[in-house]
Order: sequence, then structure tokens, then C-alpha cells
Amino acid sequence: MKLTIGFSVNGDSVEVEVLPHWNLLKVLRDVLELTGAKQGCGEGECGACTVLVNGAPVNSCIYPVLEVEGKEVTTIEGLMDKSGRLHPIQQAFLEKAGVQCGFCTPGMIMSAFALLKANPDPTEDEIRHAIAGNMCRCTGYVQIVESVQHAAAVMSGRSQERAGKE
Amino acid sequence: MRTFEYLKPASVNKALALLDLYGDQAKLIAGGTDVMVQWKKRIISPQVLISLRNLAELSFIKFGGGLEIGAGTTHRALELSPEIREHFPVIHDAVSNLGSVQVRNSGTIGGNICNAAPSADTAPPLLVLDTNVRIASTKGERTVAIRDFFRGPSRTVLQTGELVTLFSIPAPLPRTGMAYSKHTRRKAMDLPIVGVAVLLSFEEDLKTCRKAAIALGVAAPTPMRAANAEAFLAGKPVDKTTLLEAGKIASEEASPRTTIRGSAWYRKEIIRVLVRRTGLICMERAKGAARS
Ligand SMILES: Cc1cc2nc3c(=O)[nH]c(=O)nc-3n(C[C@H](O)[C@H](O)[C@H](O)COP(=O)(O)OP(=O)(O)OC[C@H]3O[C@@H](n4cnc5c(N)ncnc54)[C@H](O)[C@@H]3O)c2cc1C
Ligand code: FES
Ligand code: FES
Repeated sequence: MKLTIGFSVNGDSVEVEVLPHWNLLKVLRDVLELTGAKQGCGEGECGACTVLVNGAPVNSCIYPVLEVEGKEVTTIEGLMDKSGRLHPIQQAFLEKAGVQCGFCTPGMIMSAFALLKANPDPTEDEIRHAIAGNMCRCTGYVQIVESVQHAAAVMSGRSQERAGKE
Repeated sequence: MRTFEYLKPASVNKALALLDLYGDQAKLIAGGTDVMVQWKKRIISPQVLISLRNLAELSFIKFGGGLEIGAGTTHRALELSPEIREHFPVIHDAVSNLGSVQVRNSGTIGGNICNAAPSADTAPPLLVLDTNVRIASTKGERTVAIRDFFRGPSRTVLQTGELVTLFSIPAPLPRTGMAYSKHTRRKAMDLPIVGVAVLLSFEEDLKTCRKAAIALGVAAPTPMRAANAEAFLAGKPVDKTTLLEAGKIASEEASPRTTIRGSAWYRKEIIRVLVRRTGLICMERAKGAARS
């Protein structure tokens, strides 16, 4: 009954054996041992399982795994550079207290990553629109929005002038 | 083990052949944001899923007088289309606030309409736009007006072996404003308690109503047009007073249920308010379009 499919995860080609009803999150966590993406609701509501498929954030808990065949998947594990340095968005979440328990963080950062790629200097409204599908039960979102704003500034080289103002 | 076969046909014709082959054992899946959740909750247990996700021939937004939208077009693609935002803002209003970015990247307009929830956010906009639904099967094609498409909660006119290929929208009259308002408990990630789409076309004075279309979601077993309210507005000057009256008439036409999200009387109250508020946005938009 198992089928073999190939796709790319964080730049590496993988081949895995799957059952047709498995979702992408299950394969990432249980087969590929990429446990950054979390299972919260399992029904598309909370965003803890957010990963990118061909650059677009999706809920991997309801994404049929057979649909990633031949596509590129990016998870939180793929954001660090090869030397092990955190991505500026990850660094910003640490510095601006965007992380408390951390359960929402991988999904939150993947949504922020997709946002900043398309829109390097988003308004607060645009940030909130982009992370509306990522629930956080700890922070109250204020520090998360600040983390994304800080990351945007750092990534576009505006960090100096901001830091000067603070 | 509870599982299914997952088939990925390479064309619409192949998908139709598979639908014929498997009949009632099969279910179509587009973005899967309804299907996967329903499968996980054991609401549906099809033996075969036939996927439309990668069919480029179902994913397009085509302008030319009117508008054609492929059934497999994602909400996100519609949200990001500048032409939709400018020329069909009622669609932009609905899709930019449907679920989350993640849901909109997978979920399609065809899936939203064919799932036929009374709360489907794209239904009221397509209703006020007098959309025609193109349906295909191995026997050929047919077209159904969207107001005849819904048959009840989760029920449509689609027969076994049929799928929706596209939505065809005629060009609106000149001096038209259109908008969709969704009443929810919170701003994001919520199904509407009530959804209201309004389209108003004006005479040259930009005041007299030449044509009114009003559609309501979660107001009846299916998304509906408020024909009495529309007839009331036609030929009248549009202002706060006439829009409020139209709202009253629309709320009388509606037959909402009391559910966990809202009671029937509350929904009627909100319809009254939203018809007026959405009508005022239409006026602004029609004036804005006339100026540019
Ligand atoms: C967290 C979350 C939030 C949501 N929020 C909203 C919301 O705010 N507003 C809203 O309206 N909906 C919402 N939804 C519901 C859902 O996302 C939408 O209805 C979506 O448009 C469904 O599209 P899909 O492509 O994912 O459909 P699928 O799940 O793939 O299919 C839905 C149904 O349509 C049928 N179907 C699909 N394509 C075709 C076709 N071309 N021809 C014939 N039949 C077809 C399928 O067989 C199935 O019965 C939400 C869902 C989730 C999980
Ligand atoms: S676990 Fe996927 S959205 Fe909640
Ligand atoms: S940090 Fe705990 S859920 Fe967001």
C-alpha cells in the first residue's frame, strides 16, 4: 500500500514511503524527524504546523502528502544558515521576546518569513494580516509584531537608524 | 485501516473519466481545506480522492469585458490580483478575509462554492455579480446560474460525474459600486455570522439606482438574493434612508437559524445594519470609479 514520493526539503532531495492519507506534517515529523513544525489543532485553525510549499505558507496538517511530490518544502529548520547562525527573523524573536512557550514560534516565523520576502517593509496591519492564521496563547501578539518589525529593519539594513532612535 | 486512494489526473478530461469510473465512491479534492478537515473528523470517508490541485487549466483569472475565474483558482491568487481589487472589489473583500493566508494558499473558489456551506464567503459576491457556473462531465458541458446552483446546506445541482470548471461573470454596468461585509466575532479566521454583498448601479446623476443586487450569507439554508429589497431600491434615490429600508426588507426576506454562532433575531438585526453599511460603501466606490 505504501507509495514512494520524492520532493525537496530545505534544499535537500528526499524520497519517502508514505500512505495516501498521510498529511505533510506527519511525514515531516515522524518520517523525516523535522519536529520544528508542531501539531496543534490538526484542522487548519492554529497555524502551528505552518511550512512553505513552493514558497507559500500552508497548513501542513491538512496538506495531503502526495501533493508535495516534486515540490519544494521549507521548514523552520531550513532558515538557519549552513554555519548554524540563526536567521534574522529567529534572532529578532529572541531579542524582542516574541517567544514564550515557543509552541507557535516555528509556524509564526514561517508566516513572517513569507511576508518579508514579498513585502520587506510591512505596516503593522500587514503584519497582523499575514499572521492572522497563527495563534499564540502566550504573548498577546504585541511582542511578535515587534519581533517582525525588528527583523524587517535588520534585514533591510535599517537597523542602525532604528536602534539609534530606541 | 481507514485510508483512501489518492489520484492525480493530468487533465480535466482525465479527472472526468475517473469520476465516471468510480462514481459515488469518489470525491473531488481541490485545496482540501474542507475535504481534509471533513475526512479527519470522519464526516466523509470516500474510497477515492480525485485531485484537481495541479491542473493549470482550472487556475486562471481572465478579463475581457467580463471576468472568468477558473474553479481551481486559489483565494490567495484572487486576493493578490490588482485587477480584481480594482474592478471586482466585492470579490477582493471576500477573499482577503477568508480564513488565513495558509488557508487561502490552498483553498479555491471552486471548493468554496461546491462545498456549499451557507457561510461560504465567496457565494454572496458571486450571487450579486450574476455569475454563471460552467459544469463539465464526460457527456459535455452545461451552464447554471449561481442562484440556481445551491440546493441546501452542502447540496448543489452537481450530479455524479460532474465538476465545475469556471465561473463566468458578465461586465457590470457603468457607474457600479460593489462591496461585501462579513460580520464576525473577531477580525480574522472566523466564519461569518452574517455575510452581505451589495452591488448598486447608478444612473448618470450617480444618485438614482438603476440596478440593485443584494445577497445574504448564513441567512437561509443556502446563500440567497434578497429580491424584494432589490426591487424596492430600483429607480429610487440611494441614501441612508432608502438603504435602511432596503435593509429592513432584506432582513424580513431572510430566514436565518439560531446556531451556536448567533441567534436568528440577532442575524436579522445584523442584516438590516449591514445592508445599509455595505450600500454606503457601494455609493462611495461608484463615485470613485466615476471620478477616475
Ligand atoms: C481554518 C479554516 C478557516 C476557514 N475559514 C473560512 C472562511 O472564513 N470563509 C469560508 O467561506 N470558508 C472558510 N473555510 C473553508 C474552506 O477553506 C473554503 O470553503 C475553501 O474555499 C474550500 O476550497 P478547497 O479548494 O480547499 O476545497 P476542497 O476542500 O478541496 O473541496 C471542497 C468541496 O468542493 C468539492 N469541489 C472542489 N472543487 C470542485 C470542482 N471544481 N467541481 C466540483 N466540486 C468541487 C469537493 O469535492 C468538496 O466537496 C475555512 C477552512 C479552514 C480549515
Ligand atoms: S496543527 Fe495545523 S493548523 Fe493547527
Ligand atoms: S509563545 Fe506560547 S503559544 Fe506563542
